Amino acid sequence: MSFIRKPKIDLPSERQNEIGLLKRDYEGGLSTLCAGCGHDSITAAIVQAFWELSIPPEKVIKLSGIGCSSKTPAYFMSGAHGFNSVHGRMPSVATGAQAGNRDLICIGVSGDGDSLSIGFGQFGHAVRRNLNMLYIIENNGVYGLTKGQFSAAADKGSRAKRGDINQWKNIDPVSTAISMGSSFVARSFSGDREQLVTLLKAGIMHPGCAILDVVSPCVTFNNHLGSTKSYTYTRDHYHPASQTDFVPHANEIRASYEEGESIIVELHDGSKLLLKKTDSGYDATNRSSVMRYLEQQRARGEVVTGLLYINAELPEMHKIYRTSETAMKDLEYEQLNPGSEALAKLQAGMR
Amino acid sequence: MKPTNTNNPDYFHKVVDCQWACPAHTDVPEYIRKIAQGDFTDAYIQNRESNVFPGILGRVCDRPCEPACRRARTNETPVAICRLKRVAADHRDSDISDRLPLIPSKKNGKKIALIGAGCASLTVANDLMPVGYECTVFEALAEPGGLMRTNIPSFRLPEKVLNEEIAYITDMGIDLRLNHPINSMKELLAEGYDAVFVGTGAPKGKELSLPGREEGNANIHIGISWLESVAFEHTKSIGKHVLIIGVGNTAMDCCRTSLRLGADSVKVMARKPRDFFKASDWELEDAEEENVEIVVNHSPKEFVIEDGRLVGMIFKQVEYDIEHGRIVNQLTTGEIMVPCDDVILAIGQDNAFPWIERDIGMEFDRWDVPVVDETTFESTLPGVFFGGDAAFGPKNIIWAVEHGHQAAISIHRHCQDEDLHDRLPVLMNLGSRKMGMHEWSYSNDFDPAARRQMQHVELSQRFKDLTTEVELGFTAEQAQQEVERCLNCDIQTVFTDAECIECDACLDICPTQCLTMTPNGDIGNILEKLKAPRINHDQPLFISAELKQTKRIMVKDENLCIHCGLCAERCPTAAWDMQKSLFEFPRAATFSS
Repeated sequence: MSFIRKPKIDLPSERQNEIGLLKRDYEGGLSTLCAGCGHDSITAAIVQAFWELSIPPEKVIKLSGIGCSSKTPAYFMSGAHGFNSVHGRMPSVATGAQAGNRDLICIGVSGDGDSLSIGFGQFGHAVRRNLNMLYIIENNGVYGLTKGQFSAAADKGSRAKRGDINQWKNIDPVSTAISMGSSFVARSFSGDREQLVTLLKAGIMHPGCAILDVVSPCVTFNNHLGSTKSYTYTRDHYHPASQTDFVPHANEIRASYEEGESIIVELHDGSKLLLKKTDSGYDATNRSSVMRYLEQQRARGEVVTGLLYINAELPEMHKIYRTSETAMKDLEYEQLNPGSEALAKLQAGMR
Repeated sequence: MKPTNTNNPDYFHKVVDCQWACPAHTDVPEYIRKIAQGDFTDAYIQNRESNVFPGILGRVCDRPCEPACRRARTNETPVAICRLKRVAADHRDSDISDRLPLIPSKKNGKKIALIGAGCASLTVANDLMPVGYECTVFEALAEPGGLMRTNIPSFRLPEKVLNEEIAYITDMGIDLRLNHPINSMKELLAEGYDAVFVGTGAPKGKELSLPGREEGNANIHIGISWLESVAFEHTKSIGKHVLIIGVGNTAMDCCRTSLRLGADSVKVMARKPRDFFKASDWELEDAEEENVEIVVNHSPKEFVIEDGRLVGMIFKQVEYDIEHGRIVNQLTTGEIMVPCDDVILAIGQDNAFPWIERDIGMEFDRWDVPVVDETTFESTLPGVFFGGDAAFGPKNIIWAVEHGHQAAISIHRHCQDEDLHDRLPVLMNLGSRKMGMHEWSYSNDFDPAARRQMQHVELSQRFKDLTTEVELGFTAEQAQQEVERCLNCDIQTVFTDAECIECDACLDICPTQCLTMTPNGDIGNILEKLKAPRINHDQPLFISAELKQTKRIMVKDENLCIHCGLCAERCPTAAWDMQKSLFEFPRAATFSS
């Protein structure tokens, strides 16, 4: 971490986005994470993604649970709404926030401990309900805040800083999410800013639960030889399965691409995702082939990244529940509470 | 691109913009830090080692450092470097005799003659006396100081400050011969000095030969001679209405001095528009604050004489066509007579060497000034050296001081029969300023405070006499705030590529986006990839070797860095470190140690 706040300097070259904000308008408080933490890098990528999408910070709610990862919402978009919830319970609070105000853009930041151990059930149900949110798992394979014990995401056979070998099979959030019927699953790396920002933008705009697993090395407890979540290991085994371009709705797709080697996915607002296959035959829209591919690569020890699975057609929570198109907070009191007569009538209809 | 060679002292020296811009390379950030810590005497001594006259320069320096100041590049005004120098001089211990160079009682047997007791000669003596030379200074006037005494009015530079700093040098045991003009170089050379240094300045004010000049002579004055006459109290009054011709810094001194000698209205008549003025902005501001009127676009035509007495001047009114800051055409639109009682000409000055015989083997150029080597300051006559305004025409005090330092080295080399061109390199020392996990031994938190305004004596009090100093100096509170505005450019960001794990932390925390990690390529590719575009190509660009993991390179645009040290604070492996650069500039004494 650092002990002084990042000073606000007027730079002659600094650009405004479409709504007249500077990138620093999307920044947050002073990070108290360790110097070199992957999470800070993800924070910077989030700042960049929201700035590039020109989303007003007050239209965003950021939520988290407990852990190093869950501290990070304090470090971006000071102007957004926020809720730092109970350990592993971020998805419940997110569900409530979504139910109350469906107009908010919802971003949940969780970690491997928060989502794959104590909050594993919550994680599963957020995916199952296809809650319209970007669900980031900042995955470093250890419990950093309690001095580096293996988390559920630590690979079997990987070595802790003090030398212990992990005996447990890991929970992979990517394959878990796909098997539970997720509509958007991606993996990235805190050290690959370009890919991460694109995937964040795609996830923010995706109409459903976008699961983004980000390998985010813990410099203090999990960046040594024998770790499988270190900067070096991740870079050595890095394997992008597809290259994604995010094309905002106003723009045309200009990039040329080989027929059959790319897939275009259109999102509800008209923006498009252009997926270029780097591994031939990889089809991010075909669930069974994705599962087969991931298993294959896992056996080879590759860290597969990119937008791994997408189905933009799956209905999100509000659609399934057929809730009001108007956000609940915008409904008149009379509509929300039609009175005892209406209740009596409803009850009568159920008798 | 190949990695930048930061072992060359020039690289980091250039980053310290003020020190690089200062002709004498004063270590500005270091003395500002000393002031911040209350070590005024240390700050003073450190200044003195480079610029010899901190008290004087803290008031009247031309301050090339301030336009260069990094602070100005964050859309703000530069640090008040010059006035902080005065803070050090004002608040230091009054007795610093134990901090001045030791003068050996046993001399080395070499005798040096220095002509003119101005800043250049005094600097030479200051550098040579500690080495064991015997210096004789010849001064035509009754007191030492040269231009500093004769041309700078005492309401800007009090006599006490001047006398004190000159005495530090003359008290080293110099044979100072006042009222002793040198009228023949030939005779001086015959006296058998081992070397001669000419520091006679540029004593000849330029003339304006227009109709009426001779008839009006009693009321037409040459600026620098007039100022000298005022300084020695030969001139004690001037007419009610005064015109100053010219807008250099001498003109500013002339108009403000006139106000103190009884003038009611003073007009500075400029031939060109304001953008072409030679005077420093701050000197113009100070004059205008005293209600001096600056009239632009008036070109002198003739002096108007009635009954044998000057009554005014006729000016041509001129309009200029200006393209890209250059005058491309001019048009006279009319004429105007401006009444006045006195005119002071301040249109420049020249060096003049009527006392140097032309047959002694010294080459003179086509402007009739001696040919002087720009590195060694030696004329074509071995053993005769020039410095200050006498060397290359009018500059300023701080340049004269640097000339003095360099000439002293040459004189020392000459007297030891060594090659004058064989000079020592600048040395650089880098030392980490890390104190703890995230603690640095410098104040790295960016302070957005604006430049402190210098307090002036009220206008009603100013014109009572010549010696009331206008500037009051910074108060303790002002100095305390002003020192925090310094960005500590001498605390360098030093990068060790082998340590970098490419976590991006430095890139994300940098408040000015001056860092970029990109694949290596040619300069065009790299400039395209910079996070913030390069707007100042004179500033250095740092390029690292290829990094271990991805073979990318770290690029830093030094132009934008504010030396907050956040890159180093966020760096988990100390690949970035904040290190103080200390430069050692050779002096005459360096060659003998």
